[in-house]
Amino acid sequence: MRLRLVPQETNIDFFKHARLTFGASVLAMVLSIAVWLGMGLNFGIDFLGGTTIRTESSTPVDVAAYRAALDALDLGDVSITQVFDPTFGPEQNVAMIRIQAQAGQESVTPEMVLAVQDALQTVYPAMSFPSVESVGPKVSGELIQTAIIAVIASLGAILVYIWLRFEWQFSVGAVAALIHDIILTVGLFALLQIRFDLATIAALLTIVGYSINDTVVIFDRLRENLVKYKSRGLQDVMNLSANETLSRTLMTSGTTLLALLALLVLGGDVIRGFVFAIFWGVIVGTYSSIFVAKNIVLMIGVKRDWSKPDAKAGTQFSNIDA
Amino acid sequence: MLQIPVWNKMVIILLVLAGIAFAMPNLFYERVERHNDAVALIERTGATTDALEAERALWPDLLPGTLVNLGLDLRGGAHLLAEVQVADVYEARMDALWPELRDVLREVRDTVGTIRRQDAPAGELHVRISEPAGIAAAVEAARRLATPVVSLTGVGAPTLEVRGDNDLLIVTLSEAERQATDDRTMQQSVEIVRRRVDEAGTREPTIQRQGADRILIQVPGIGSAQELKDLIGTTARLTFHPVVSRTTDAQAEVDARQILLPSMDEEGAFYVLEQTPVVTGDDLVDSQPAFDQQTGQPAVTFRFNPSGARAFGDYTAANVGAPFAIVLDEEVISAPVIRQAITGGSGQITGNFTVEGSTELAVLLRAGALPAEMVFLEERTIGPELGADSIAAGEIAAVVAFASVLVFMVLSYGLFGFFASVALILNVGLIFGVLSVIGATLTLPGIAGIVLTIGMAVDANVLVFERIREELKTAKGPARAIEQGYARALSAIIDANLTTFIIAVILFTLGSGPVRGFSITLGIGIITSVFTAIYVTRLLIVTWFDRARPKTIEV
Repeated sequence: MRLRLVPQETNIDFFKHARLTFGASVLAMVLSIAVWLGMGLNFGIDFLGGTTIRTESSTPVDVAAYRAALDALDLGDVSITQVFDPTFGPEQNVAMIRIQAQAGQESVTPEMVLAVQDALQTVYPAMSFPSVESVGPKVSGELIQTAIIAVIASLGAILVYIWLRFEWQFSVGAVAALIHDIILTVGLFALLQIRFDLATIAALLTIVGYSINDTVVIFDRLRENLVKYKSRGLQDVMNLSANETLSRTLMTSGTTLLALLALLVLGGDVIRGFVFAIFWGVIVGTYSSIFVAKNIVLMIGVKRDWSKPDAKAGTQFSNIDA
Repeated sequence: MLQIPVWNKMVIILLVLAGIAFAMPNLFYERVERHNDAVALIERTGATTDALEAERALWPDLLPGTLVNLGLDLRGGAHLLAEVQVADVYEARMDALWPELRDVLREVRDTVGTIRRQDAPAGELHVRISEPAGIAAAVEAARRLATPVVSLTGVGAPTLEVRGDNDLLIVTLSEAERQATDDRTMQQSVEIVRRRVDEAGTREPTIQRQGADRILIQVPGIGSAQELKDLIGTTARLTFHPVVSRTTDAQAEVDARQILLPSMDEEGAFYVLEQTPVVTGDDLVDSQPAFDQQTGQPAVTFRFNPSGARAFGDYTAANVGAPFAIVLDEEVISAPVIRQAITGGSGQITGNFTVEGSTELAVLLRAGALPAEMVFLEERTIGPELGADSIAAGEIAAVVAFASVLVFMVLSYGLFGFFASVALILNVGLIFGVLSVIGATLTLPGIAGIVLTIGMAVDANVLVFERIREELKTAKGPARAIEQGYARALSAIIDANLTTFIIAVILFTLGSGPVRGFSITLGIGIITSVFTAIYVTRLLIVTWFDRARPKTIEV
């Protein structure tokens, strides 16, 4: 007996509720952008500049006490968050302290870091600092720029690649699906106020890679079926292609999610945000390749018959000399 | 029919075996690392001890000792991004130019009148002359100080830009010279940082020039970024000493106020020198690789500031024919013989140089002290425990991910799923093999990349298996179904993986540090997973099919 995620033969009409699914996607995108603009992203020091200090002590984290210890230093905006992780032992109490970039200083002064560490150690002598990271505002500005370029460059590269391998309609559909995935992911990060840093950008690009992978497999089958079933309607062939590849789509998403789930739970807190983004991206990516990319292609329409020259091109003047 | 040519099989098997052979040392990371360190030390010093041999014996010499480099986030260490204030050098150059300019303007005192240096913006030299009518003559005199810029691209452009503004003479470095200077400053800074860090004897430091004026410094195993900054901050000391004698005896007795120093590149050679240097590197302004105009031999030119020039000129005039030693950090770089008095403040070192040797020496000479201030834009310290925790968490996650994917595949595709699982194990082996051979750095996101690849690597197999299932439905024989399944799934596999590969390339190009580590494992993972899925599983299936000859197959 084999494990089957979907029955052997499926004949699901993915366009039956096209208005609903497509509308839901558009609504989700609008909401994501609204949350993004309204709540803002919780940028990490990679993009904002500043310093993060990871503290570890055997006594439970007391955010108020930490804050009181640091108040005297007058560091401006300081955020202190406790870090929870199933891999921590009972004696491992971890917190992240983030300090804003200090005005008028490009580089981070070691004195400040030392002052912070001393202030905390006077309260908790046994506290250790497993990591200290500082990024100056100059670099963080450039990092934002590079991140935006990376996302745009990858979308552009995919647009061109799909265009060359398929048709321009396919590449528009694929890139629309990718933008959908990116916006929904950024929206979720804004909603949950998860730290958004360089690793998140890498995760976004991975999502782009995964989602396009999924979309391309369906497109590939669609191209094959368009040749095979010349007389069937486009929507019909799309449904057929999606049904034929559904088992594969879900199998691959399933194995990837399984692997990511292991990493999400057991991989430690340092990369949790990164893994979470990819995990979420695989889910939206799978959804978008089934419900977004094809719909766009259907809306634009695809030139079907390549054996004859373009019907319009051949006929628009043919009735003149009748 | 289902057949794979024999040579094809051999290549597949050989590649897999090679990958696994190179990946295997990573399973014994610590032992192999200690073995490698011992071997490197024995090679470098040429001597060996029992302790070293014991370390060496931890891993057989015959087996490959390739290891994946662990990134800072896994090993712990410090990361610094420094910006070199290249413009500092312009100012120093202008200050050094002033005495020369003063001298040439004095020669034309009749037309320009008295001269006085004015306060000027950084990197400019402003001189006011008392006779505005003589400004043209002053400009012309100053232009004579300019020499053609020496660089790979811009030949011939003058080093200085001189203009007159009423009674004000304004001298700046030309654009071409600024670029050449920046380039030299950067080379010099990188070289100094490298020397400083290497001296501390840490493992595999990364010191890279980034962009126009930045240096990335990553040192694993160091306590904190502050320690690293202290290390870089100490300056190299360059001195010129009179040579008393040359010896091969490391324990030679020396008189008071004399020192015994080893030669840098001649093994076992030592020099007895006067302890008081004639000139120190503080007085050195510049040094360039060049060619001796008479012999055409590679040489190194150097230039002192005025006080250094005077001291050096006096000494060389009095000691023609005697050797003097150029000493860097208590080691004699070279001990050339003074051929003539060197009065102009600049001179040339000839010797048994190759072109590379002269370039290196020029860099070393310039590398005495940091030429410009460094501002640190980014600092990261990661403690070793955090790295160890991350490795442990990553390992557990990878094993769990692995096991669950294997179970899932076998449940879904039975025997074929088992074949895919074997290919998956080989795939991870190949990833580590390739990472080790190319000396890539594994970072925490890199581990995530491998775990993600585990999930995605089955994709190509899934594509093929699903296709075989479909082909079986149309009632062809099993052999034909397998063949068709592979053939028809290929285009989807290629398209799907190429697009992901494009993303990996973009991440690699634009990313840095951990993100780059992720892109490397992702990219390699894509290549190896396509290889294992298309070739290895196919080989397994075809071999099985040949043996078992089943009438029907279930996928």
